[in-house]
Amino acid sequence: MHLRRPATAVAAATICVALGLTACGSDSDDSATGSTPGGKTTLTVSLFGTFGYKEAGLFDKYQADHPEITIKYDSTEQEKNYWTALQTKLASGSGASDVQAIEVGRITDVAQNQGDKWLDLKGTSAGAQVASYPAWKEAAATTKDGAVLGLGTDIGPTGICYRTDLMKAAGLPSDPAELATKLTSWDDYIAMGEQFKSKAPKGAAWTDAAGGLYNVVVSTESKIYYDESGQLIWNTNPAVKHAYDLAAKAGQDGLTAKLGQFTPEWDSGFGKGSFATIACPSWMIGYIKGKAGDAGSGKWNVTTLPGGVGGNWGGAYLSIPKQSKHQKQAADLIKWLTDPEQQATVFNKVGNFPSNKGAFTLVADTKDDYFSGAAIGKVFGDIAASAPTQIHGKDDGTIQNQISTALQSVETNHVAPDKAWATLNDTLKNQLG
Amino acid sequence: MSDVSSAAAAGASPDTASSTASTASGGSGEGPSSQDAPPPASVRVGERRRRTWRQRAFRFEAKAAPYAYVSPFFLIFAAFGLFPLVNTVWISLHEYKLGSEMTWIGLDNFRWLFSNPLFYNALWKTFTIGVLSTVPQLLLALALAHLLNYSMRVRTFFRVSMITPYATSVAAATLVFSELFARDAGFANWILSWFGVGPVDWRNGNWTAQVAIAIIVTWRWTGYNALIYLAGMQSISQDLYEAAAIDGASRWQQFRHVTLPGLRPTILFTIVVSTIGATQLFGEPLLFGNGSADGGAVHQYQTIGLFMYQQGWQYLQLGKAAAVAWVTFLIIVVLVLFNTAIVRWRTRSER
Repeated sequence: MHLRRPATAVAAATICVALGLTACGSDSDDSATGSTPGGKTTLTVSLFGTFGYKEAGLFDKYQADHPEITIKYDSTEQEKNYWTALQTKLASGSGASDVQAIEVGRITDVAQNQGDKWLDLKGTSAGAQVASYPAWKEAAATTKDGAVLGLGTDIGPTGICYRTDLMKAAGLPSDPAELATKLTSWDDYIAMGEQFKSKAPKGAAWTDAAGGLYNVVVSTESKIYYDESGQLIWNTNPAVKHAYDLAAKAGQDGLTAKLGQFTPEWDSGFGKGSFATIACPSWMIGYIKGKAGDAGSGKWNVTTLPGGVGGNWGGAYLSIPKQSKHQKQAADLIKWLTDPEQQATVFNKVGNFPSNKGAFTLVADTKDDYFSGAAIGKVFGDIAASAPTQIHGKDDGTIQNQISTALQSVETNHVAPDKAWATLNDTLKNQLG
Repeated sequence: MSDVSSAAAAGASPDTASSTASTASGGSGEGPSSQDAPPPASVRVGERRRRTWRQRAFRFEAKAAPYAYVSPFFLIFAAFGLFPLVNTVWISLHEYKLGSEMTWIGLDNFRWLFSNPLFYNALWKTFTIGVLSTVPQLLLALALAHLLNYSMRVRTFFRVSMITPYATSVAAATLVFSELFARDAGFANWILSWFGVGPVDWRNGNWTAQVAIAIIVTWRWTGYNALIYLAGMQSISQDLYEAAAIDGASRWQQFRHVTLPGLRPTILFTIVVSTIGATQLFGEPLLFGNGSADGGAVHQYQTIGLFMYQQGWQYLQLGKAAAVAWVTFLIIVVLVLFNTAIVRWRTRSER
């Protein structure tokens, strides 16, 4: 009998702990977002890929100028993983950082469907910045009610980056200006690819992936998957079909290295010289430097898209979730990070092209030794000036992803392009309803 | 019982309450001594009350304690097992994109699911990868266990080392195997090149990708199953082997006629467990495809787990994902029942 009592007590205690655990499970812990007693504020910043703030020392500089602020920063390599985690935190109402980045492919979804989750930046110190942006950049982040939910960090003026050594080896021009005159259309680009293929060094393809080629071809269009009224037009838009056919042909003809973008094999392809050319939004400059390493220095160059048309691929925004406990300080940080000077610093460091108009002149003279001394400031500035104003829709990301998958099935699984297109139609119809 | 309790309730006064408290604190040793000299009436009432209170508490405890002992499991199960299960049904009846409101749509998600060719593709791939991995896995495990059942040097070392692949994380194992099966500089292709076989694009081929994943699964689970078989073999009487040996049975005959029949329940257990594991296959194909939930460009290795993950965490369509989850759950239940039915049928036919 005397044994039983303590045992019951233990059992009861276990139950209490179990209940306590379940009850506490959803509580937010203050330590993650809280301020320390000394008046110091810890700002959490979550980004994906490379934004360049850390790399360019901007966080350190901000902390030095604002001793009361401590910045806790993290970055997720793959945007899709970042986005999923963020959505969970938004839905549960806790865990999001004070500053969160949003990719351009998501911004329409945010502006249309998540207006209640994000802070209207117009009412904050960062609001003054809105006027400094190209109208289309900020329009994408604006809700029906006129709230601005994100400030642009960069845009993605797109050219073609190429390996000068591989071009020379295949007997093709390696000077960007000469190359630009030879490439007057995408058909020229494919034709040059055939030339390259016949004389190329072993193991080198003309371009990295059919999906990458597709992305850059549609990046020159203003209407892609949605029209002005927000209707889905992706399967009736001739521009999409044209880009698809072109990329599928390149894939079928063996002009691609068949490397899925943003996979480890793709990454190592930059250094190994697995491909001679790659669609190159300005942010790719930093990516190439990171993956090709010092050995690639001086081997790369950049030229404009065929026909000199402007393309735009990517670009992101900085936003503050309403659940943030330090909205004012977060807004101050965003304001500072999106100032022209800081955007110019980031461009010089990692190549993310500024989206603040004030920064355009600051970067105009930038040259890059890694890219054979190319005047990347002028090249990407000119492309940005002629880039189209794109219409975005909430399912852009899903559609783009599935088109890439369809093109991959053409290049790696030898599916006929028409069949892959039909499958794509079924899949997207099934998924988007 | 009822009159005692009412008397106890009636006799409640500050006096008796304090005496009860004092005797209770005095411990159970006071019980016998109080019977020698009859105590004052009020104390006797308290005494009776005390005993009955204890008896009732004891009875209550005897009845309730088992429930208290088992309750932690059931409470945790209710919170983390039952509630999610029921909530999943609820969500599956809604259109629910993460971050927006839930809308009731009845069985539309299930209609969508059963008319989706990708769902049937995922079911088929789950089945083929399941067969490709489970069958060799169990056969290898059986062979290994049989070998390890004989006396040999450093037997314990071999037995322990079999469990190491199982102890490895899925992520680590899969990343290593991804490298081994790489197209351009992979180890597997290097071996094949000795035999004049050209480089195989493992990841993009239909069957090659499935075989590669099945190899990862087999590598991880063979040792685990072998240990279970070994444990089963230990319970088979050594006398049977000796008798068989005296009768001139070879080792193979011993295996067939002694080991296998004795191991039947164990084998069925591992088949059930492996079937469930194969139905839920997720980590290996996800990581093998570099974290893409597509399971290859033509979904050549998209299992039902990946399909569900894609709906839920790539498209954020939690309603659809919940429908997939429930259908998967039902499939597993059916498979288990099917397995059990086979066992019953086998045992009955043997009698």
